[in-house]
Amino acid sequence: MSVQIFHDHPADRIPVKRRFGRLALYAALGLWAFVCLMPIFWTLTTAFKTAPDVMKGHILPWIDFKPNWLGWRSLGLSPDTIAEPSSVRGEFLKRFSNSAVIAVTASLLAVGLGGTAAYGLSRFDYKFGFMKNDDISFFFLSQLILPPVVLALPFLVLYKSMALLDTRFGLILLYTLSVLPIVVWIMKDQFAAIPSELEEAALVDGLSIWGAFLTIILPLSLPGMVSAFIISLVLTWNEYFFAALLTSTHANTLPVMVASQTGSQGISWWSMAALSFAAILPLLLVGILLERFIIKGMAAGAVK
Amino acid sequence: MSKLHIVATQVDSARRLRLGYGLNAAASLLLLGTIAAQYLPLGLTNWRPTLYAYVLWAIALCASQVIVRGEQGKRVLFVLPAALFVASLALFPLVFGLTIAFSDWNLANPDGRQFNGLANIKQMFGDTYFWRSMGNMGWYVLAILAEYIVAFGLALMLNAEIRGRKFFRVAFLLPLMLSPVAVSWMIGKSMLENRFGPVARLLRSLGVDNPTFFGDPAIAKLTIMLMDAWTYIPFMMIMLLAGLQAIPKDLNEAADVDGARGVRRFFEITFPIMARVSITAILIRVIFKLKLADIIITVTGGGPGGATDSVTSFIYREYRDRSNVGYGTMLAMFYLVVIVIGMTGLIKFTNRWKGADA
Repeated sequence: MSVQIFHDHPADRIPVKRRFGRLALYAALGLWAFVCLMPIFWTLTTAFKTAPDVMKGHILPWIDFKPNWLGWRSLGLSPDTIAEPSSVRGEFLKRFSNSAVIAVTASLLAVGLGGTAAYGLSRFDYKFGFMKNDDISFFFLSQLILPPVVLALPFLVLYKSMALLDTRFGLILLYTLSVLPIVVWIMKDQFAAIPSELEEAALVDGLSIWGAFLTIILPLSLPGMVSAFIISLVLTWNEYFFAALLTSTHANTLPVMVASQTGSQGISWWSMAALSFAAILPLLLVGILLERFIIKGMAAGAVK
Repeated sequence: MSKLHIVATQVDSARRLRLGYGLNAAASLLLLGTIAAQYLPLGLTNWRPTLYAYVLWAIALCASQVIVRGEQGKRVLFVLPAALFVASLALFPLVFGLTIAFSDWNLANPDGRQFNGLANIKQMFGDTYFWRSMGNMGWYVLAILAEYIVAFGLALMLNAEIRGRKFFRVAFLLPLMLSPVAVSWMIGKSMLENRFGPVARLLRSLGVDNPTFFGDPAIAKLTIMLMDAWTYIPFMMIMLLAGLQAIPKDLNEAADVDGARGVRRFFEITFPIMARVSITAILIRVIFKLKLADIIITVTGGGPGGATDSVTSFIYREYRDRSNVGYGTMLAMFYLVVIVIGMTGLIKFTNRWKGADA
């Protein structure tokens, strides 16, 4: 059941009449678009600069300066070095795959656990000891308030004693925990929009509740699940705090690599820019291509 | 009454009950046995075995629910795994953290944990750098009001009749996609660099001598606020935009008939309707703001003189520099108590306001 949140039809638009007002409106829009896109443009172009270009403050490629593969070469990702072995590229790819594996697994786990929990809470009455449905929902959502720093040091000690420090598995568990409340929040909204008559019909036809959930509800709620998954992916891909504390050499994620390079003085701007851009590129693409799902997920719960 | 009515015949056989309870008992025994074995001299170097035993125990608990309670158990199975997951990963470490908080524990120290009573609390009250970071959090949270105004303006613009709406929406959303650590370099370390950064260059050409962004305490704090705002404004903007688009069209038509226009229309019609969405957006934003750390850790490291420190980044360095787990945990626990009290108060307050409004 997709609820249309944004109405792009001409009939939905509110007319802005005055011509001057329109001009100011576009100027403001353009200004903010510049504010949003400039740092991304700056990073992309700086990755193709050389030392004199940086020092002279050249900005526009081909007009101000001649693009150069220097930054990408230091990462082993330029056209002439891509075929040759490179330790930096190996390091980068290792971090990249760590980030990808951890973010995707944690998001899938969170959607699985949180989705079923949200479905149960939207359909059945529970009583766990003194906790009823509202209390259980609050129990899940209240985890959102818990700042990571409260869990960080206990986890450090526990993981150390369980030999989970510096493992992907350890980070996956924590990341699942941290995005779970958001998934429950989005999915509760999603399931509430699906009428329960659908399952009732299926149950009359002889399906079990899990059968009805898997064959009827799951396909219907897929857009919401995709939203929840993508938002989880964004949050876990970018997470830095836990990764910095709990990993050292094996399970480092991309943000940890970027941060460790940022700290060292004297690293050249062009390699740093290339590294930063490579780190943000996957999510830039996600943002551009899957914008609708992200917006849908974030709008869930805003409008009731 | 459940939303979904199910009539199912429940077969309560003694065999099933025996099987279910037996499974539970066996798993519990295994778990307790494993914990006991950790203390025996069997050459176990870490607590992994207990972890595995616990996972088995949790699976057995879920399975026994279905075996013993049948149809009801299948319903419980929707919520139980997630509840167990959160309880074991959030509640257990939280309780465990309390035992750490009242001890002097340096992870590098071979003596291990030393219970030290209230010494950590005493140290906390004398720690001016910690209180400075608490004060900074107050400023950072206040900055949300400015972010809210900008986000509302952007949402209004995106809601107006414009061309290229899709382009602007995507462009405005993109900062939220970027990792704060990458943003730290992209903006904090390169665009705001004193000599070669484009912003410094621009300011110099406007006549500002030697622009610095992280030297002066007040300016450094403001710069951190701006960078964080840049990343998170899209978040509030989208929630507010969803709220704007949910306003019924006939309300706008009615306003047209009444001749309510421009500023008056905004403050008398749009803004009151948006109060509910605004409160939700601001509350969630406050929650995210309270976790602020990445940018500070990577750009300023809390400097100059703790002027930009957030509580999280302060505790992070407390651990990194001194590896004092006990004191750091006490600070974190104190922070949690302040947050819970503050957020409860804020939610109560806004609920009353929402109630009076509706």
